[in-house]
Amino acid sequence: METLVQEHSMTIGLSGNPNCGKTTMFNALTGSHQHVGNWPGVTVVTKMGHAVVAGAGGGVEVDIVDLPGTYSLTAYSEEEKAARNFLIKTRPAAVIDVLNADALERNLYLAVQIMELGVPLVLALNMMDEVRNHGKDIDTKLLTELTGCPAIETVARSGQGKLCLLEAAYGLAKERAGRWKPLHISYGPDLDPVLDEMEAIISKAGELAGEVPPRWVGIKILEGDESITRRCREADPEAAARLEALAAKVAAHLAKTLRAAPDAIIADYRYGYIAGITRQVVRYPKVDAERIRMSDRMDQVLTHQLAGPLAMALIIYLVYILTFKAGKLPMELVQGAFAWLGKTAEAAMPGGLLRSLVVSGIIAGVGGVLGFVPLIMIMFFLIAALEDSGYVARMAYMLDRVFRIFGLHGTSVLPFIVAGGIAGGCAVPGCMATRALRSPKEKLATLLVTPFMTCGAKVPVFLMLAAAFFPGSEAGVMSLVTLTAWVAALLVAKLLRSTVVKGASTPFVMELPPYRMPTLSGLCIHTWERSWDYMRKAGTTILAISVLLWAAMTFPGLPADRASAFDARAAGVQERIAAATAQGQQIPELEDALKEVAAQRSEEALKASAAGRAGVALEAVSRLAGFNWRVNIALVGGLAAKEVIVSTLGTAYSLGEVDAEDAAPLSRLLAQDPTFSKAAALALIIFVILYAPCSVTMVTMARESSWKWAAFAMTFNTGLAFVAAVAVFQTARLFS
Amino acid sequence: MNNCITLRQAQVNQKLRICSVGAQGELGRRIRDMGLMPGVEVTVVGKAPLRDPVALRLRDFTLALRNSEADHIVVEPVEG
Repeated sequence: METLVQEHSMTIGLSGNPNCGKTTMFNALTGSHQHVGNWPGVTVVTKMGHAVVAGAGGGVEVDIVDLPGTYSLTAYSEEEKAARNFLIKTRPAAVIDVLNADALERNLYLAVQIMELGVPLVLALNMMDEVRNHGKDIDTKLLTELTGCPAIETVARSGQGKLCLLEAAYGLAKERAGRWKPLHISYGPDLDPVLDEMEAIISKAGELAGEVPPRWVGIKILEGDESITRRCREADPEAAARLEALAAKVAAHLAKTLRAAPDAIIADYRYGYIAGITRQVVRYPKVDAERIRMSDRMDQVLTHQLAGPLAMALIIYLVYILTFKAGKLPMELVQGAFAWLGKTAEAAMPGGLLRSLVVSGIIAGVGGVLGFVPLIMIMFFLIAALEDSGYVARMAYMLDRVFRIFGLHGTSVLPFIVAGGIAGGCAVPGCMATRALRSPKEKLATLLVTPFMTCGAKVPVFLMLAAAFFPGSEAGVMSLVTLTAWVAALLVAKLLRSTVVKGASTPFVMELPPYRMPTLSGLCIHTWERSWDYMRKAGTTILAISVLLWAAMTFPGLPADRASAFDARAAGVQERIAAATAQGQQIPELEDALKEVAAQRSEEALKASAAGRAGVALEAVSRLAGFNWRVNIALVGGLAAKEVIVSTLGTAYSLGEVDAEDAAPLSRLLAQDPTFSKAAALALIIFVILYAPCSVTMVTMARESSWKWAAFAMTFNTGLAFVAAVAVFQTARLFS
Repeated sequence: MNNCITLRQAQVNQKLRICSVGAQGELGRRIRDMGLMPGVEVTVVGKAPLRDPVALRLRDFTLALRNSEADHIVVEPVEG
């Protein structure tokens, strides 16, 4: 194959509405040859891949860029900005617009806007199987004639038509060789003369339009497009002022005569132009108005006033059960593999700092994160299935009214559930799931409160404390913890939305796509992408933080005199054991004494380490919430990963290695500790629910928003957690 | 002819035709982007469990919008 590839320079954009099958088409075109590309200036992730166009003289490789799904090319949302900037700045050789041919009229709205820009455009009439099933008929040849854009029938799910599509795009790109041919639509007797005048001004000013058609700039100014208006002002203030004056004048005139804004008139004429095409192209030979479609019938149950919420609860429960039941064995295998790796490394390496670093720092830290991979893969798979089937849109639809009270959006439910809305999720995929939110304010608020949910790593902390202080009512404690997390998330969201993330709620207007059976390959690609993201982080960020934390808990280590004192004690016990063995005796008490010396030594070493000193120093403040220095170290460790809390507490309580899964002995020790009370346990539960997200979550939050907001989450959540913990501790003390 | 109501007041399963869309700015644009234009026929096919948002069936697809957004859309019932 290698020799057949001649060049690698052509870029083809893939655009389309959400739910039109664009991503499926991208996967069909590029297969596994894709990677995530970040375009400058936008936070939206765009994917790139390449495909080979078969042609005379061998194959030609082309780059395919998957643009975010949008309904329009205005610049209101990040997605629209990203798509538009790509078209204007990158100037792809051609664009394939994937249309849901079953809703051709609305899907052509975006296509027409791309035509107005003039980029060489190929129309992919996708979902032709559904069109035929619904008794419709589309005259593709006529559509090509009327629009001047090659129209190709496709079914992305089965890959049907993808080769023709690629050839058409390649052929068009070659033929047009970078020339843009903007489409002229008449915008009626009021706007057309103004547009002509504007076009003349813009053409003369030269600099204004840059690479885009002058008339298009005029339309954007009439539509009140802020980013284009700003660019014009910067390029030529004088001409921009004249253009804006023209736009203001015609807007005032339209408001008086038609009581409509120019952008509404423009949309009206665009739809008129489209209707002129679809009237001729789409026929409904078997139209049957009474026929209830399968999807609508499912909605009558799945979004029913009573049955709907019940079904939703059941589906969420099933996702949860399936994830943890199916994930249990593979998770144990992976964790077992890391335990084996740790033991092998311990046996193979000479004792000392390097071994400690490799075993306790790297293998334990990275293994702790990778151990969750099977669970996360299954959860991602199920959630991708819910998304691709169209059910998530229904969840948002049903819950929007409740979430809106707290300044969130119906779609916020997905991140909450993934992050542990039902105890046992993970905040990292939860934060990633906020991508489904199209409005930046609501996305940010959701992102900031998602880590409150009871993730799988926090569960052992609560179980251990419940076992120690509320024996017998562990299930009740867990239920209360989950409920508290939800209440906290919603209330804090409300607080944030009325202070730092203020702003009107964005419109909900959302498509409810017909239910579709997800394709297995699509689900696998989604699952793999998200899981790989997670695993890569374990190899980079988590590795670094594990090493850092290990160092903080190891250095500077015991002072020489204390170390030799422990050595002497250990040597003393060892001598007595040797003496006893020589006499053929086995004294179990001596073995225990030896363990006791080692445990005391590790506790003192920990207290002398940087982390230990910090823990002791923090006691001055943390005493208010009832936390001693051991708890402090554990909580600081929890900043790296919540799994660390229980294991660090174990180390700090002289147990040496404590298995996070088996928290019983630690809970006994905690209950016996006179400096740790029931009130402190309650305060600790509240603190762990609320305080700073773990390091992986922080990195994810920063990637989904910015480091500023990740830092905000860390300080704000910890502050809130501390205030709540102090309040709980002081109140609980009054009653005990 | 002049029995116009806002979309919020419409009954489930009532056939309607859009008379006008009063929303401006981003909301207006989003509504138009989704094809809710004067002259288009719609049917309210359902309401969410708390009676908000509502689900609308257009000829080719279904969409959901909040009551507060439906207030901006004036419709008239269509016979048959």
